[in-house]
Amino acid sequence: MNFDTHFFWQYLFDSGFVHGALVTIVLAVLAQFFGIVLGLIAALMRLSRGPLPILRVIAWVYIWLFRGTPLLVQLAFVYFALPQMTGNAVSLGEFPSALIAFSLNEGAYMAEIVRAGITSVDSGQTEAAHSLGMSGWLTMRRVVLPQAVRFIIPPTGNEFISMLKNTSLAYYVSLQEIFFNTNQLASATYKFFEPFTIVSLYYLAMTTVATFFQSRMERHFERGFSRVVQQPGAMRRAVLAGLHRG
Amino acid sequence: MVELQDIHKRFGQLEVLKGISLTVDKGKTIVIIGPSGSGKSTLLRCVNHLEKIDSGRIYVDGELIGYREADGKLRELPARAVTRQRAEIGMVFQRFNLFPHMTTVQNVMEAPIHVKHVPRKEALEKARDLLARVGLEDKVTNYPSQLSGGQQQRVAIARALAMDPKVMMFDEATSALDPELVGEVLRVMEELAHSGMTMLVVTHEMGFAKEAADEVLFMDAGVVCERGTPEDVFDSPQQDRTRAFLGALREPSGLDQSGPGRAL
Repeated sequence: MNFDTHFFWQYLFDSGFVHGALVTIVLAVLAQFFGIVLGLIAALMRLSRGPLPILRVIAWVYIWLFRGTPLLVQLAFVYFALPQMTGNAVSLGEFPSALIAFSLNEGAYMAEIVRAGITSVDSGQTEAAHSLGMSGWLTMRRVVLPQAVRFIIPPTGNEFISMLKNTSLAYYVSLQEIFFNTNQLASATYKFFEPFTIVSLYYLAMTTVATFFQSRMERHFERGFSRVVQQPGAMRRAVLAGLHRG
Repeated sequence: MVELQDIHKRFGQLEVLKGISLTVDKGKTIVIIGPSGSGKSTLLRCVNHLEKIDSGRIYVDGELIGYREADGKLRELPARAVTRQRAEIGMVFQRFNLFPHMTTVQNVMEAPIHVKHVPRKEALEKARDLLARVGLEDKVTNYPSQLSGGQQQRVAIARALAMDPKVMMFDEATSALDPELVGEVLRVMEELAHSGMTMLVVTHEMGFAKEAADEVLFMDAGVVCERGTPEDVFDSPQQDRTRAFLGALREPSGLDQSGPGRAL
C-alpha cells in the first residue's frame, strides 16, 4: 500500500479541510432547513381539500419537477442557466446557487416525507379535534403535526445525511466546500489516496454526528407515546404546585 | 334540543340511513341500540356533520346543522360555520381519541383555550374540576398512555364537557373497554344523564339504558324498527327483529351473561 502517512497527518487538520467542512456543514444545515420549510408548505398544499385544486396542482408539479431531475442538473440550471434565462439580470454566486438548488430539491423530497407523516396520524385524532370545534388549521397545528413529527424524523435524518454528502456536487460550480478543496489539494500534490482518505474521514465524522442528533430528536418526540414514566417538567411542576395550594 | 327529520345517507351505492327521524328533548337521554351495520354510529356522526347527509334536516337547539336552506335545497355551510356548530355538540368516541402528546389536563384545556379563547388560568381550573368530577383528579399530569382504558374514556368525557356542549353524544363509548372497566365509565354517563345533560347514546349496555334512558330506539338496516321507553323495548318488544336482537345480546353463546355492566 502506497500510503504516505506523513502526508496524511500533515494535512489532516489543514485549513482547506477545516474551512471546507464548515462550508459543507453550513450549506447542508441551511439547505435542509429551507427544504423542510418548503416541504411542509408543499405537503399542506398537496393535502388541501378546498374547492380550488390550484394549490394541489402547484405542489404536485413542484414535487414532480424537482424529484424528476438530477440535483446536479438543477444546480447547473441555477448557476449557469439562470443568468442566460434572465438576460444577466439574475446571476448568483456559487454558495447562493448551491443553497437555492439544494433547498428546492430537498423541499420536493421533504414534501412527500411530511405528507406521509401527516397521513400516518390516526384519523380519529382529527375527528376528535373537529368534534371539539377545532378548525382544520388549528387541528393540523396543535394535534396532527405534533404527532406527525415522530414519523417524519427518521426519514428526515436520512435526508440530512444524504444532504451532507450531496453538498460535494457543488464542486461542479467551484464552491469551496470540502470536496472541491480536496481535489485542489490532490491536483497540487499529485497525491490522491491520502487526501481522499482524509475527506472520507471528515464526511464520516459529520454524518456520525448527524446520526447522533437524530437519535436525540427521536427520543425527545417519543414523549407521551411510550409507557416510560416521565419526570415532571417545569410546567407540570407548576400545575402540581397549584393543585396542592388549592 | 336535537331534531332529526327524515335523514337519508348513502355511502356510494349502499344506503345506510333510510329515513331516520327522532327528537331528543332538552335534558333527556335517548339510547340507540341495534346490530352493527345498522347505521347507529353514522347517524351520530351526521349530527355533528362528521358525515354529510343526502337528504333530511338536522337541528340542534333550533339551528340547522351543516347546511343552510336555499329554495328548499341543502347547501353545505362553509367550514368555519360548521366548526362553530360542532363546538356546541360534544362527542365521545369508541376509541377515546385522546391527544397522546398532551397530558390529561392539557387534553381537557385544549379546546376551551384555542376555540373559545378562555384564559389559560380559568381553563386550567375548569379542567381540574371536570377531571375531579370524573374521578381523575390525581391523574392530571399523566399522559393518556399511562392510563387504563376506562380512565382514558373518562378523560375523553371531561374533554367533551369542557366545551359546555348543549348535547353529548356517545358512540359505543364502552365497547372497546375490558368488562371490569365498563362500570366506571357507565357511572359517569349515568351521573351526567341524571344531572340534566341532553344525551344521545349508542350502546350495547342494556343496564345503562334501563337506568338512564328516557327513550330507546332499536335500529336495524338503516331504519328505526321500534321505539319506546326502556321497559317497552326490553320487556315487551313488538317487532320480531327487536326480539331476535335482544335474544342474541342476552345469550350470545348460550351462556348466562349476567355481570357488572351487563345485568338485565
